[in-house]
Amino acid sequence: MTAVSVSAPRRVVELTVDGAPVRVTEGSTILDACKRARIETPTLCYGDTLTPVNVCRVCVVEVEGARTLVPSCSRKVEDGMVVHTDSERVRTSRRLVLELLSSSVDLSLADDAQRYAAEYDAHPERFGPDAATVAQDVKIDNDLYVRDYSKCILCYRCVEACGVDHQNTFAIHVAGRGFGAHISTELDVPLPDSACVYCGNCIAVCPTGALMFKSEYDLRQAGTWDESRQSEVRTVCPYCGVGCNLELHVQDGEIVKVTSPDDHDVTRGNLCIKGRFGFQHVQNR
Amino acid sequence: MDLRLLTAEPTDAERAAIDAIVGEAQPGDGRVERSDRNRRHLLLPALRAAQRRVGWVSEGALGYASRRLDVPPADAYGVASFYALLALEEQPADVLHVCTDLACALAGAEVPPGAKASPCLGLCERAPASLRTIAGESPVEVQLPETGPPLPQAGERGLRLLRRIADGLDPTSLDDYRARGGYAALARARELGPEGVRQAVSESGLLGRGGAAFPTGTKWDAVARQPAQPHYLVCNADESEPGTFKDRVLMESDPFALVEAMTIAAYATGCTQGFVYVRAEYPLAHERLGNAIAQARAAGLLEGFGVELRIGAGAYVCGEETALFQSIEGYRGEPRNKPPFPVEVGLFGKPTVVNNVETLVNVPEILTGDVRETRLFCVSGNVARPGLYELELGTPLRALLDLAGAEPPKAVLLGGAAGSFLRPDQLDLPLSFDGARDAGVTLGSGVVLVFGQDADLTAAVLRIAEFFRDESCGQCVPCRVGTVRQEEALHRLASGATLGNERETLADLAQVMRDASICGLGQTAASAVQSAMINLEVLAP
Repeated sequence: MTAVSVSAPRRVVELTVDGAPVRVTEGSTILDACKRARIETPTLCYGDTLTPVNVCRVCVVEVEGARTLVPSCSRKVEDGMVVHTDSERVRTSRRLVLELLSSSVDLSLADDAQRYAAEYDAHPERFGPDAATVAQDVKIDNDLYVRDYSKCILCYRCVEACGVDHQNTFAIHVAGRGFGAHISTELDVPLPDSACVYCGNCIAVCPTGALMFKSEYDLRQAGTWDESRQSEVRTVCPYCGVGCNLELHVQDGEIVKVTSPDDHDVTRGNLCIKGRFGFQHVQNR
Repeated sequence: MDLRLLTAEPTDAERAAIDAIVGEAQPGDGRVERSDRNRRHLLLPALRAAQRRVGWVSEGALGYASRRLDVPPADAYGVASFYALLALEEQPADVLHVCTDLACALAGAEVPPGAKASPCLGLCERAPASLRTIAGESPVEVQLPETGPPLPQAGERGLRLLRRIADGLDPTSLDDYRARGGYAALARARELGPEGVRQAVSESGLLGRGGAAFPTGTKWDAVARQPAQPHYLVCNADESEPGTFKDRVLMESDPFALVEAMTIAAYATGCTQGFVYVRAEYPLAHERLGNAIAQARAAGLLEGFGVELRIGAGAYVCGEETALFQSIEGYRGEPRNKPPFPVEVGLFGKPTVVNNVETLVNVPEILTGDVRETRLFCVSGNVARPGLYELELGTPLRALLDLAGAEPPKAVLLGGAAGSFLRPDQLDLPLSFDGARDAGVTLGSGVVLVFGQDADLTAAVLRIAEFFRDESCGQCVPCRVGTVRQEEALHRLASGATLGNERETLADLAQVMRDASICGLGQTAASAVQSAMINLEVLAP
């Protein structure tokens, strides 16, 4: 059945982005307006299916009359707003944010961040060889997924997915403070001792590869992970009647990872432990 | 989904301490009762109670608090680990926190073995200072030295905010407060009506004294107009800016004035519930304010206004208004993005008036007809008479330094760690909002920290950088990593092992922190450092 909106039609707001008028509905964000104007805006902590937390600050734009730059992902448009997305001020802040992240976090698997860093001419080496980093040992405490917080940019996406945005399990949260802030279970206990239900919805939203299927991690360690040899097979999860779509990532005839499309009506990218990890029986030959 | 809970049990003492905050558990096999939901705002008081009882927050205490308040353990752990004064590892019951911040460092502070170094304790006029906390059945918290020098302007006529203190008011006595004119302003407020009070405040031109200098009348009008209910009143007494102690002196020595001022503010803006959020490091203020609230309530002077004392747990960032809301609500003190502003979406998502202590105590003066514009200044460092001074706005800084018996300074830090350093030739600056703005500086929280000729400015700048690194909440990238990179670059300059690009790097860091951080902490984290480098050529390569 198609959902029918019964709310009043929304007002249209007109603003100027980089000199051109843009019309979007009231309640849209500046990021929505940028998309409408086909202006690419870098984002890291923003997720299509998550409440914006505006913490990475790479999407900042300049709004005339505002003292500081504003995060486009969460700032709502207003009539007559004049937005600049490519001013010197904006480019400097975006570049610095990327330099700060690149110099402190292992972004080797964060494709978007790397692309932005090149685009904004980031030079993380300017902070010298002794710049503090979040490097630490990989946490491997279960058979399903690994947590490599050396790759964590603290975007809060996994916390949101585990919490009220998706799963309502609340197994992880940000703990500590400042540069020592980190994603943690209660008292840093291993996942099997925590509230984790292994839905893997945190992996689905992680933008940097800090959270990863154990199967992918093992292949990467062995040097045999090769996305060019992989195909994606779309299917429906066979476990229950909900109808979640699965994307099986298959390499050399083996399922190596399971995802679900973010834009799918039923899942919004989410799965449960069975859909996400229960594929071994397919491969029992 | 049932929460998975920590399995460790609290000790009887921990259970009793937490129950004293959240109430006795109902029999029911450990299930979370419906009545226990939506009480997350008691999380920080509960954790604090456990620590005051046994000296730290054990796994059992954390688990019990999260179970009773229906907070997921990982979430509660995130909260507990945010606050510097909550210990998640066992420590002795008796802990000495020794201030090593700017004023105390000038006074030669040293951390004895077994003690903990602490950021500014707000006792700068009696530096070097410390705070001793002793957990137990009757917990003790005491600021050391227990008394400071007398109010420098004691006995002087013509003071406004400090009038009663200078006259020797008994801060524990409501009768004494009333005998000195107390509660005349509340009576006047009832005559004027809410709108009349707001109009008087607007017309007085009162600007916020917390640092941002926002017009108080405008804020009150905005909240009074909001249709959403209830409205909340929050008094920001989380004064933690290094070098600042004005709100402490007011709360310790004239607490009824704040209670009266809050009652008036609540009346004028339609607030039925209010909170005073006082930093944890001010035990005497907790006691005096708690007593004042209780006496005012017993005397019927609150007239239905529910005001509650809330105590922090060691986090400078909670002085940021939205971080303060988060903290009262039982979350990590992470500032919210603005807009929406507190006047629309504040505490518990409701329209909220949030004012600093000094701002509020101006209100009774305005209503009783004393509309002179005075401001409190916290003078410390290399001066003969450190302490809290009240001056008419516009008084030259040099006059204040003379009053305090300052040595000919090498530099003056104005406005605290988030303020800026002034050169000896800039001391004729008029101490007014306009005067400061024209000079490109800020009065901030009224800090005037004097560095004498022998003072080590490099050490002060490094300390400020360390302070911001320690106090960053860690939420946004510019501040979380930027404060670390700033400190690293300054240490390279101080040691001489430079990369050659430090000046440019520090300027870039200053820009990204100022432009792209979520809150005022990050936005000002480079301000004093930059002013020292540019103005005083400290660490200039």
